[in-house]
Amino acid sequence: MGEVLRVDLPRHAATPPPLPPVVRLNKFSRQFGETRVLDDLDLSIAPGEFVALLGRSGSGKTTLLRTLAGLDGTSDQDVTVPASRATVFQDARLLPWKRVWQNVVLGLRPADPRKAAAQALREVGLDHRLDAWPLTLSGGEAQRASLARALTRKPELLLLYEPFAALDALTRIRMHALVLALWRAHQPAVLLVTHDVEEAMALADRILVLDRGRIAAEERITAPRGRRGPTVRALRETLLGHLGLEAGGGVYADLVAQEH
Amino acid sequence: MLRLSSFRTEIAMTNARPNDRRGRRMGGRWLSPILLLLLWEAGSRTGLIPAHTLAAPSSVFGTLLDMLRSGELPANLLVSFGRATIGLVIGATTGIVLALATGLSRRIDSAIDPIMQIKRTIPVVALTPLFIVWFGIGETPKIALIAFATIFPVYLNLYQGIRGVDVRMIDMARSYGLSRGQIVRDVILPGALPSLLTGLRYSLSIAIILLVIAEQINASAGLGFLINNARDFMRTDIIVVCLMVYALLGLAADAGIRAIERRALAWRPNLLEA
Ligand SMILES: Nc1ncnc2c1ncn2[C@@H]1O[C@H](COP(=O)(O)OP(=O)(O)O)[C@@H](O)[C@H]1O
Ligand SMILES: [Mg+2]
Repeated sequence: MGEVLRVDLPRHAATPPPLPPVVRLNKFSRQFGETRVLDDLDLSIAPGEFVALLGRSGSGKTTLLRTLAGLDGTSDQDVTVPASRATVFQDARLLPWKRVWQNVVLGLRPADPRKAAAQALREVGLDHRLDAWPLTLSGGEAQRASLARALTRKPELLLLYEPFAALDALTRIRMHALVLALWRAHQPAVLLVTHDVEEAMALADRILVLDRGRIAAEERITAPRGRRGPTVRALRETLLGHLGLEAGGGVYADLVAQEH
Repeated sequence: MLRLSSFRTEIAMTNARPNDRRGRRMGGRWLSPILLLLLWEAGSRTGLIPAHTLAAPSSVFGTLLDMLRSGELPANLLVSFGRATIGLVIGATTGIVLALATGLSRRIDSAIDPIMQIKRTIPVVALTPLFIVWFGIGETPKIALIAFATIFPVYLNLYQGIRGVDVRMIDMARSYGLSRGQIVRDVILPGALPSLLTGLRYSLSIAIILLVIAEQINASAGLGFLINNARDFMRTDIIVVCLMVYALLGLAADAGIRAIERRALAWRPNLLEA
């Protein structure tokens, strides 16, 4: 018995070969007229990785996300995105004329759609609103339904497009916790587009800063979530610096006072 | 006019708090029509209003009962109702098909929409002589007039509705991999439905107006026939009965559309609260 175990050990100890990335853009460019909105952009996201993308307004975040979501053509450039992907938009985008459960299974044909929807809604804590009309949901509830809709696709890539920006602070904290729980349970690669530095530092493994269509900076966070307190202050200052804000020690109150 | 004012009343009713002040005001709203009716009756009885000018309400009511009992009114109402319905169905269907074609395909749009916009500028009533020349004086010109006139409200509103569908919703559907057919079925058509119903509402009122006009063309049955006959014998009571029936047709059509709206647009928050 013991010998058999020993034989198995080396195989476990060896690091597994790195899985191919789920997202890979190689010198990807996109331009509207004369302006190059994405400029030779390289991006790679590993399976199960949680990446946040920061960038000033106009830096190309929306354009990049539309490419990854398959909304814009890639005109034969070197782009890899998984077929199973799902997007959560800032404005939830539930079809108001379909009940919540119908929205959750939109475009899918599971054997029992209502049951499939109920299961996903239970995960986001919204199974009691299965038959509700979307316009009767609060902002937080709508975003939960939207997350459930994304989850039912079992996505390899989950695109979160400023999904919490329109929520109040308390709801946002709850949603952050929910997203982390769902991410742990389902292990999709996540690209979170946000302009909230705190949010990015709380959720992501890796933070990218987009500037004029290129990845201008990349910060990897090694501290586990829940124990990031000590590193966050310096990181915040760095990130704000990348975003073009010289922060007073990364403290928002001081930052505001210095901006003229 | 009737439609608009009744619509305003409805808005006022849904906005008002249910208290007795509203009840009193509603009572007040009935007061003046009843007073008018009483004055009219008094005028007729005293001979101030001769019967060949305008029959008394009581005699109108009596005539109404007679015409119902003899089957004269139901039979002719059915004929008129049939004309309006057939015309409306043809017109609305044409409008829907054209709007779907132009709204969903840019190529068809650039071919058809300009024609529709030009056609819109011609008052349909002015086409009556032409329709008589083309279709004679039987049922065909009547139905054709109604059909022709009811195309436009449905077409214009549905077209606007399709074009006005939220692109963000279409983006969402595309990002979730829905096919073009699914997007049309699940996003575009439901999104354009409120506009279609608005168009239908207008088409219904227009169908009734055109019915009145078309039935002036040498009809041998229908409400218009009754009115023409009554005119020749100066039977103002019959004329008033027919006018009432026209009005009731309009009200019924409106109620029908509203019932459809309540069912089809149940997802809208203003209806949800009610
Ligand atoms: N469809 C378009 N046509 C022309 N210019 C565009 C279009 N979409 C985006 N842009 C331009 O590309 C730049 C980047 O836009 P966007 O990706 O929306 O940035 P962000 O989301 O980071 O604010 C902006 O300058 C914007 O004006
Ligand atoms: Mg943007």
